[in-house]
Amino acid sequence: MPQSVVAFVSILFDGLSYAMVLFIMSVGLSITMGLMGFVNLAHGAFAMAGGYLVVTLTRSYGVPFLPSLLIAAVTVGAASIPFERLLYSRLYKATELDQVLLTIGLTFMAIASYTYFYGPAPLTVPLPQFLTGQVDIGVRSVPTYRAFVIIVGAVLITILWYGFERTNIGAKIRAAVDNRRMAQSIGINVDRLFTATFAVGSGLAALGGGLAIQTFGLTPSFAVLYLVFLLIIVSIGGLGSLKGTLLAAVLLGIFDVGGKYIYSDAGGFFIYALTVLVLLIKPEGLYGRE
Amino acid sequence: MSTSALEVRALNRSFGALRVARDVNLTLEKGARRALIGPNGAGKTTLVNLITGALAPSSGEVLLNGENITALSQAARARRGLARTFQINQLFRGLSVIENICLAIGERDGECNNLWRSAGAKRSVLEEALDHLDALQLGDDALKLVRELPYGRQRLVEIAIALAQRPRVLLLDEPAAGVPSSESHLILDVVASLDPDIAVLIIEHDMDVVFRFARKITVLVAGAVFTEGTPDQIRTNPEVRAVYLGEEAHREARHG
Amino acid sequence: MAESEVTVRATAIRVGAAALPYRERALAFMVRRASWHWAEAVPWLLIIAAFFVFPDRMTFGIQVLIAIMFALSLDLILGYAGIVTLGHAVFFGIGAYTVALLSVRFNWGEPISGLLAGTLVAGLCGLALGWLLLRYRGLTLLMLTLATATLLQEFGNYRSDITGGYDGVPGMEIKKLFGVFDNDLYGHTYYIYVGIVLFLVFVFVRRIVYSPFGQALTGIRENIRRMHAIGSPVHRRLVTAYAIAAAIAGTAGALFAQSTAYATLGVFDFDNSAKVMVMLILGGTGRLYGAFVGAVIYMVLEDNLAKASPAFWQFGIGLLLVLTVLFARRGLLGLIESAGEYLKKRRT
Repeated sequence: MPQSVVAFVSILFDGLSYAMVLFIMSVGLSITMGLMGFVNLAHGAFAMAGGYLVVTLTRSYGVPFLPSLLIAAVTVGAASIPFERLLYSRLYKATELDQVLLTIGLTFMAIASYTYFYGPAPLTVPLPQFLTGQVDIGVRSVPTYRAFVIIVGAVLITILWYGFERTNIGAKIRAAVDNRRMAQSIGINVDRLFTATFAVGSGLAALGGGLAIQTFGLTPSFAVLYLVFLLIIVSIGGLGSLKGTLLAAVLLGIFDVGGKYIYSDAGGFFIYALTVLVLLIKPEGLYGRE
Repeated sequence: MSTSALEVRALNRSFGALRVARDVNLTLEKGARRALIGPNGAGKTTLVNLITGALAPSSGEVLLNGENITALSQAARARRGLARTFQINQLFRGLSVIENICLAIGERDGECNNLWRSAGAKRSVLEEALDHLDALQLGDDALKLVRELPYGRQRLVEIAIALAQRPRVLLLDEPAAGVPSSESHLILDVVASLDPDIAVLIIEHDMDVVFRFARKITVLVAGAVFTEGTPDQIRTNPEVRAVYLGEEAHREARHG
Repeated sequence: MAESEVTVRATAIRVGAAALPYRERALAFMVRRASWHWAEAVPWLLIIAAFFVFPDRMTFGIQVLIAIMFALSLDLILGYAGIVTLGHAVFFGIGAYTVALLSVRFNWGEPISGLLAGTLVAGLCGLALGWLLLRYRGLTLLMLTLATATLLQEFGNYRSDITGGYDGVPGMEIKKLFGVFDNDLYGHTYYIYVGIVLFLVFVFVRRIVYSPFGQALTGIRENIRRMHAIGSPVHRRLVTAYAIAAAIAGTAGALFAQSTAYATLGVFDFDNSAKVMVMLILGGTGRLYGAFVGAVIYMVLEDNLAKASPAFWQFGIGLLLVLTVLFARRGLLGLIESAGEYLKKRRT
């Protein structure tokens, strides 16, 4: 196998795995921002909450990894509802700046709280036996976990796509993203739709956070460190677009992994250059609406 | 040969499959008093947006005093003497009335390019602003914040800003809209006493206002010019009645 | 012209505004607006007083003054023009690095010229960046400003041979001010130096804000649609304001590098951009003095609380931010203003 092919496949595979985690974390943000136009910079904090919950469940309560992911997703999703109803909804008509400030404030509070209760050191999660080790994909052997993440991502994409394109609720969401006033005037209860979407989005973020522990590591700074990537994905992909979020996540994953492969540490440069380029040419994102 | 104040030639605009402006031709002579009427959704405000440059056409041209301004920005057109009011007030609500007018004058004269002189120091700007306010009987409200004024008076400020631009062409989008009937006469008096040299186009639904104010009427239906004529011609035109009556009948059918 | 202004003002003071016909009243108000109010001397008196009351805290005092300057520069674009940016630290960093690199690579340590150089370079960058980015608004602009700031930081990291990376530029040396005054251990001379620069910068910004240009910026913030419709070259105005704000942020950064004789890539951190925004929001945007109030409060609180317990500090700032947005949107100065209005209403 020529070195370049192995490298190419490696970048593709690792990039895709990276992309899947980011996609799962950011899809909720894209839909909720597209639906309500609310800039939620605390989304990273919800992902982080999911991660820490998974750690607690697996380490302190002995719950196996996979069920922990699901429990964390549901719990954080449910817990996000009071936030939306009591805090966020007050600022739907406010300026972007206000929303940014509120959610940054919440993020700071979250980071500080988790630092206090869990400490600043990175935490890991005990993986089940079948997710450790390597698996052979032909060209080379890859960590099983990364393959697992890609599969989870693919399954979720299918479910989300089906939910979006084929169900009634999905149609309502798409309608409300497209034209909120029109959707309201034909009887869609946009407020309830948003609360539901927000809960699902936060739950997915938590799921992504749980998956990310192994990929990125978990510290209280997680909430801000990866927030930038999430924001890049939703702005490049286009708000409210499933396709866009996926494409942007894949681009980000591959560019970042590829960039670091070629230029080692300084390779982080590439995703920011990509962001600037895309936004200058298509400010609403690849699949965004103007 | 005198050039018309405003000329629209074969103006088209589509949003995908939806054509909001179809081959519109319109000419405003100097000192025109033109009313633009038509059923809801006919594209009247869209046409005004196309003329002012807030919206770019798919094809066609706009000429101001003979000059082709189709490629110019909204602001560039405004600086050449094209002013408009909005259907819903677009004012600087947090500023005082006089500051609103001073801004219009400042941008017109290039005063706002000045970073150094204090905004109140040029007396001529202030005097002119006060003159405009006096003409609309807003003098007493000069120092009040716009958001403190009743809607009807805010609507007057909206017109005052447009007039402060010293326009040669003025486009008024339903100037009396949203104004309580007790105050609408203020607006109508202002409209009636506009400088005869300015070419004025007014979008209006109230037919009394239209027939009192207009010397010529353009009827817009589904983005296209349906017909044009003097008030008498339009009033007695059976097709125009049908277009409006069609709307009436539709409304009646819904409310039984 | 000047004579009639004086007459109007004199008349207003003598007769009392209420007795004048509305025209004269309006003229008097507009003319009087830009003149200095006696209360504006207070912050400067406090700054001078601090020199004598806290002589051993002057190094901290210098950083407070620099923070005020940085916040002022943000107020111009955020508070007056309404531009929301997440990358304002870029210009602070450019100012700092201009001074640092001049010293290290060209052996140029003269402070005044270094300061001017930092200001100029930052201003030019602001001009270029503003011209490119200010066509966009909302989330797009937020992301573009954030991405370009991070891009520059990453690039600086890539060429850490020049920039010294996150460890900082080694061997920076700042020569004496006017060949005489050195930055002594207690920071006395530099406090005066920075204080004077701050005053000059403030006078400059204040003039701009009260000028017709400043009014246009407020107009753009209040209603951009209207500004387009009255013929305002909006993009040009925004870029001008952005360039000026960038230059001032560069001044602050240059002073930072000079006063600490150090510059690391950390100056470009998003943290820095967020910090200055928080300061300004706490104090109140669009008021110029909000920068003073917010910067002082933030820096003093941080100095006392952050060392004691960083987690509590971060929680506190987050909570303060949330409460400010929900209940005190116009900042501390806004609260004071509201209280004043409330009391006035109670009296009548």
